[in-house]
Amino acid sequence: MYERIKKASRHTNQSEGLIFEKSSPGKRAFELPPLDVPAADPAKALGANHRRAGIEGFPEVSEIEVLRHFTRLSTWNYAIDLGMYPLGSCTMKYNPRVNEFVARLEGIATEHPYQPQELSQGCLKILRLLEKCLLEITGMDAITLQPAAGAHGEMTGLLLIRAYLQKQGNPRKKVLIPDSAHGTNPATAVIAGYEVENIKSESHGQIDVEKLRDLVTGDVAALMITNPSTLGIFEQRIPEIAEILHAKGALLYMDGANMNALAGVTRPGDLGVDVMHLNLHKTFSTPHGGGGPGAGPVAMKKILEPFRPVPILVEKEGGRLALEPVRPDSIGKVKAFAGNFGVLVRALAYILAYGPGVRQATEDAVLNANYIRKQLEGVYELPYSLPSMHEVVFSDALQKKNGVNTMDIAKRLIDYGFHPYTTAFPLIVAGAMMIEPTESESKEECDMFIDAMKAIAEEAATNPEIVKTAPHTTRVRRLDEVGAARKPVLRWKPAVPRSEAAD
Amino acid sequence: MRYLPKSPAERQEMLAAIGAKSIDELFSSIPERFRLREALKIPGPYSEAEVIQYFKERAAENSNGYTSFLGAGVYNHLRSVVTDAIIQRGEFLTSYTPYQAEITQGTLQAIFEFQTLMCQLTGQEVANASMYDGSTATTEAVLMAERLTSRQRVLVARSVHPEYREVLKTYAKNSGLRVEEIPFTAGGTMDSKALQAALKDDVAAVVVQSPNFFGVIESYAPLADVTHAAGAMLVVAIAEGVSLGLVKPPAEADIVAMEGQSFGLAPSYGGPFAGVIASRDKFVRQMPGRLAGQTTDSEGQRGFVLTLATREQHIRREKATSNICTNQALCALAATVHLTLLGKEGLREMAEQNLAKAQFALSELLKIPGVRRTFDAPFFNEFTIELPRSVKIVNSDLLRERIIGPLALGTAYPELTKRALVCVTETTTRAEIERFAGALKRALERPI
Repeated sequence: MYERIKKASRHTNQSEGLIFEKSSPGKRAFELPPLDVPAADPAKALGANHRRAGIEGFPEVSEIEVLRHFTRLSTWNYAIDLGMYPLGSCTMKYNPRVNEFVARLEGIATEHPYQPQELSQGCLKILRLLEKCLLEITGMDAITLQPAAGAHGEMTGLLLIRAYLQKQGNPRKKVLIPDSAHGTNPATAVIAGYEVENIKSESHGQIDVEKLRDLVTGDVAALMITNPSTLGIFEQRIPEIAEILHAKGALLYMDGANMNALAGVTRPGDLGVDVMHLNLHKTFSTPHGGGGPGAGPVAMKKILEPFRPVPILVEKEGGRLALEPVRPDSIGKVKAFAGNFGVLVRALAYILAYGPGVRQATEDAVLNANYIRKQLEGVYELPYSLPSMHEVVFSDALQKKNGVNTMDIAKRLIDYGFHPYTTAFPLIVAGAMMIEPTESESKEECDMFIDAMKAIAEEAATNPEIVKTAPHTTRVRRLDEVGAARKPVLRWKPAVPRSEAAD
Repeated sequence: MRYLPKSPAERQEMLAAIGAKSIDELFSSIPERFRLREALKIPGPYSEAEVIQYFKERAAENSNGYTSFLGAGVYNHLRSVVTDAIIQRGEFLTSYTPYQAEITQGTLQAIFEFQTLMCQLTGQEVANASMYDGSTATTEAVLMAERLTSRQRVLVARSVHPEYREVLKTYAKNSGLRVEEIPFTAGGTMDSKALQAALKDDVAAVVVQSPNFFGVIESYAPLADVTHAAGAMLVVAIAEGVSLGLVKPPAEADIVAMEGQSFGLAPSYGGPFAGVIASRDKFVRQMPGRLAGQTTDSEGQRGFVLTLATREQHIRREKATSNICTNQALCALAATVHLTLLGKEGLREMAEQNLAKAQFALSELLKIPGVRRTFDAPFFNEFTIELPRSVKIVNSDLLRERIIGPLALGTAYPELTKRALVCVTETTTRAEIERFAGALKRALERPI
């Protein structure tokens, strides 16, 4: 239908094609200053066999087309800047714009990692202050800022544990992981050379401490725990858990994905945790950017310090800072250069804006989650009744009776103007609906979300079809994911000209 | 606090609705003795102006006003202001991983375009979006080859970026991989005789970088032949992507691991950048990282989704191809916008300028008595020179003239003392090159 009426009923800003489809030879969107040295003949300089003719299919468009293309695409996205993004476990909080501004400053964004350290004191001071702040918040003794993301931090943490145990003569074989853990935990343990042993949660969703006592043998290197757990519940027996592990020479790793429930209120270091990572793109407000970049600093107790990835930031005489490249017991490098520096800058800007007031952010995050829990209890089933911290996990048990599941409810939320909550995770809750509002939501926004969730529950009972076929208001409807995986189309290819196709 | 959208009265109202007397009550599950009673000892709270002031002061303690001849994996290229305008749009900046496809079509289509651009650049059939950087992309490419060949020996050219090799060794230590290094020839390329001697039927991958760490361009075709004859996979690392505007892509490679920093990303003291893995369609199910695929919605319209998720940790847990979750998506978007702006002609022209300036710089430097070219193989925008005295001493002389001199190779390669890696891009002016040559001449003339 739309093919016939090209513009009047449907402008391209509603159905923007691929940039490659707008390409026309000779158009360009970027001009370089004129070359101020003699031109080089590529065939002579590179050798004819190294020389490339041209890049087939590469776009040729003008500047306004590029700007419009990506601006149009952007309007098809939901974002924190548009409204509440209650994805449990993801901590989608406000990303302050001043963080973006300072990360782009001349003298910050422009610095080369190999420039002399006497010309990098500003960068190194930023790293130093961030280290100090994160150590104060976590209650740990030492830290590395090198890992690029949470999973990368997990790997670094497990390699630290492995190096420490190896130094004592035996790296051990197994890492224990609760069944409520993020998928990155088991995937990471394998990369660090460990077997995974899953621990079933007890009936309240907490670690089964009695069972743990039996499982911790001389083969166990560590337990990876998420606290608060992915149910949003604080692991109350964590000091005891740490003792059990320590008694057998094993260590306690904490996944810090849920640190937004704890910052300024309690410190993992005080709870007996030996090593943990932080997700700066969660707790410390650096933008998710559609999937990254992040940063996953790893904080640790003194015993693990000698094994940190190189280079190590050290303070020399007169307060001069330096990156030292060699440490005999280091696990080595986990990433080139000094970590995702630009992300670290943003996180420090966030911390400085709050100062000790990060506690208020934590309190508001927990307040929002509990407020939503209270208002939706009974409307949706609450599988675990222990107190919630920064997020609350409901299930679709009540709506399932009408054939409506968590994914349907999530998709229907889109019609009400919200991003869905996290669906189907944690795995120990059938039909999980994991809601994390963060501190960035006003009472008004929380109330609108609650109204939407109540309205959907009502629809699930009276008109389940409207929920099951949601969303109804988006540019595209539910997409065929099975088809996408069965016959993957992962890049654009030029259409075969009609004459050739006929041959 | 300006980021928090609640008044004290609203907080009280919400507490009352919950039925809690105080905010403390909501934290009752944390044992009393572990609850912090004192304020954290961190600086702040700072107003917006104070935050900016703090970082401006730090910026002033860095390298402002210096001209740099450093490359070595991080390159200074022209960046259009349009790229930043796009990636700072909140709809891109503050959106999550596009798991809910109906409301993240913008990110998904942009990822699909990124994958396409990476395939076009590298001459491969499929590209992911994205890995952390060139170093972890190279490592993950090797792990992918290990899965595909079920072999555990890896031969890595010593001319691969030293930090990439270090990261590979860190990962290899615990996965049973045995990493061996292949020396380079007097020409600066991978020693093919040494490679042939080391290639046995237990080798999973041969890793080579081009242009390599010395700036030298490797010849893929003969490497691919001997590698494939042994049943191993050829992994090509690319640290300087702009070279692909002029240099033949590694079409013979089985897996390409690329650093995308050169495509519109600021040096930013080493990150965040964007790593990419590109490969053959037939290997896609062993590929790590996210992939966007084209599909249709229930009304038949074209749309995009994240696909082949059964490779990934959130589905496969300990059986996943990698543990990567958060990646470098916004950096990949910046690269997409940047490459779209440059386009076919712009990228070629940028590459030509790099080549011309590097050729000019080399000829200027070779006029200085005692300066010699180290490797005679073709190069792109970096080359290695030998100085008659320590690079460190020379560089400290150059600093006095506000020039950050070339990288001393002796730190990573003890056999290459007195050798320096010079990088010149389209951003380096003729006047800067001439000033550098003059300063270097004076430094070498200065009596020790």
